[in-house]
Amino acid sequence: MTAVVEAELVAPSTSKGIWRDTLGNILRQRNAIVGLTILSFLLLTALFADQISTYPPNQVLLGVVDGVKKSSAPCIHVLGCPTSQPELLMGTDSNVRDVFSRVVHGARVSLFVGFATVGFAIVLGTLIGMVAGFAGGWLDNVLMRGMDVLLVFPALLLAIAIVTALGQSLVNAQLSIGIVAIPIYARIMRASVLTVKESDFVTASRALGESPAGILFRRVLPNSITPLIVAGTLGIGGAVLDVAALSFLGYGAQPPLAEWGSMIGQDSGKLFTAPHLIFFPGLALVLTVFGFNLLGDGLRDALDPRLNR
Amino acid sequence: MLRYIVRRILLTIPVLFGILVLVFFLGHVLPGSTCRALLGERATDAVCAAYDHAHGLDLPIPVQFANYLGALSHGDLGTSTKSSQSVLDLLIQRLPVTIELALAAMLFAVTIGVLLGVISAYKRNSVIDVVTMAGANIGVSIPIFVLGLLLAFVFAIILKGTPFALPPSGRLTPGITIVPLATSWGLTSWTGVPRGIIDFVSNIYTFNALVTGQWAVLGDAIRHLILPAIALGTIPLAIIARITRSSLLDVLGLDYVRTARAKGLTERNVVRHHGLPNAMLPVTTIVGLQLGSLFGGAVLTETIFNLSGVGRAVAEAIGSRDFPTVQGFVLVIAIIYLFINLIVDVSYAFLDPRVRLT
Repeated sequence: MTAVVEAELVAPSTSKGIWRDTLGNILRQRNAIVGLTILSFLLLTALFADQISTYPPNQVLLGVVDGVKKSSAPCIHVLGCPTSQPELLMGTDSNVRDVFSRVVHGARVSLFVGFATVGFAIVLGTLIGMVAGFAGGWLDNVLMRGMDVLLVFPALLLAIAIVTALGQSLVNAQLSIGIVAIPIYARIMRASVLTVKESDFVTASRALGESPAGILFRRVLPNSITPLIVAGTLGIGGAVLDVAALSFLGYGAQPPLAEWGSMIGQDSGKLFTAPHLIFFPGLALVLTVFGFNLLGDGLRDALDPRLNR
Repeated sequence: MLRYIVRRILLTIPVLFGILVLVFFLGHVLPGSTCRALLGERATDAVCAAYDHAHGLDLPIPVQFANYLGALSHGDLGTSTKSSQSVLDLLIQRLPVTIELALAAMLFAVTIGVLLGVISAYKRNSVIDVVTMAGANIGVSIPIFVLGLLLAFVFAIILKGTPFALPPSGRLTPGITIVPLATSWGLTSWTGVPRGIIDFVSNIYTFNALVTGQWAVLGDAIRHLILPAIALGTIPLAIIARITRSSLLDVLGLDYVRTARAKGLTERNVVRHHGLPNAMLPVTTIVGLQLGSLFGGAVLTETIFNLSGVGRAVAEAIGSRDFPTVQGFVLVIAIIYLFINLIVDVSYAFLDPRVRLT
């Protein structure tokens, strides 16, 4: 009984547990809320893409819809578009496909691309940074100089070279952007590990006879994870941008996949006659990246105690 | 100071070597041979074997690497397999385009970015501040290729025929030519390195036109530079505005600033004379890092605005398996990046006497 009473005396604060406190902190950030709203909207769009879109994303509308023309501008009847033309929210592309349906389905591709690419980079970067920081000595030097080389290398050009080596596909574009992003997470993780590994609770674990792997995964990693989450969220926006850029240049997603970057790339020559082909996928890209950046900013403000203003 | 600089330069050598190794071996894992990329359908096994033998491509890879390093130590970057030009000549043509573009983008980003950051910090939490920071957040979220295409659409199509129309492609309007510096200055007899330097500088069109007084050309070159510079500079601009704001806010909370306020200085003078100089340190770092990455990262801008710069050159060379060009260009880009970083670090000591370089 006394033990319970003492525990209550020691922690009489209004804390409702670390997770709820953290969530509360995050939800107090205006940036995080706006970011979360945008991303929830995109997530729902991606999940229900089939229900939202008016046609299958790759369906050619010739012969399906009466009076449809290729690269035609958006036509919405309530906004004054003559009813003689078929109603198409975002017009058609140069292959007479419905741009709205393709943009909606593109949300699936881009969200998956963002999470998968950054997930890959974080896992590898964390491992490299952890080993480098924990081992120190020559291993640290070799690993981190390797990371320096990757950082100095122009990212997009390295990605192009990797994609050329592996073959042009969306997966390889993600892989190459992931590889290019590894040093960021390796550096963050190494810096965290260097700070945490000197702290008293790690010394205590060591004194209790915990194995190095145990210390690394049970003590060091959980205490280094905050900066990784923040950098990762901000990194997803960057990864979505970079993979879209590769697809735009023709190195990533291949037709007919509805991916925003490649949609823009394929029809960039139509800029002067059919700007809606650039505008709508572009807007979708901006919205996605904006959402991740806002959420990342909000997370940083909420999770990093040094930034509390 | 000198010892620090020397040590920093020595420390970059392993990184440069790593770059060389990476580029070289990347060249050997790329599927498809130079010969087949070059000859296409006509490439038979016999022809390609002869080609490989003539260019030393049938030697063991470590030997090829040693040969490459040997040539490099004499300043020989090799010959492009695609155009048969020396890689150095290609660099003299291409690098000035990217340098001009990157500097123009940075000029745009720094002037506007610092200004917006200062205004935001000065009027913190005002409408201007909120709008600027939201704008900065959107600025870092716009893909360069979307922004570039939209700029081209607005300034070349919508504003066509108005005084605000800007050309969306190339460096000069067809029909306008620029006189090379070597011709203007009567140095056509020069050869070798001095001539290379003259030609290099000459290809920075705005500089060339400025020093030789070709005003019509200068105006045309600048008009062609505006849209690409805005497209490339917007992300750095947004980052610089945010860093300037947060850094200035940090500094304005320090004790010496309170002292300055207490002795009765106006807020404007506090910001200008006490806040800004110290707040500029983190901004310098960001400017340096961003400038370094612009040199290699301009490939999208160069593609959209049809500029033959370094980024596009490397992307094209990767496509045609032109390894000497890829290696030479990437090496030079990396050296520029490392050099800018060095300058940033050293400039710290000048900007902030508290920083001791050891």
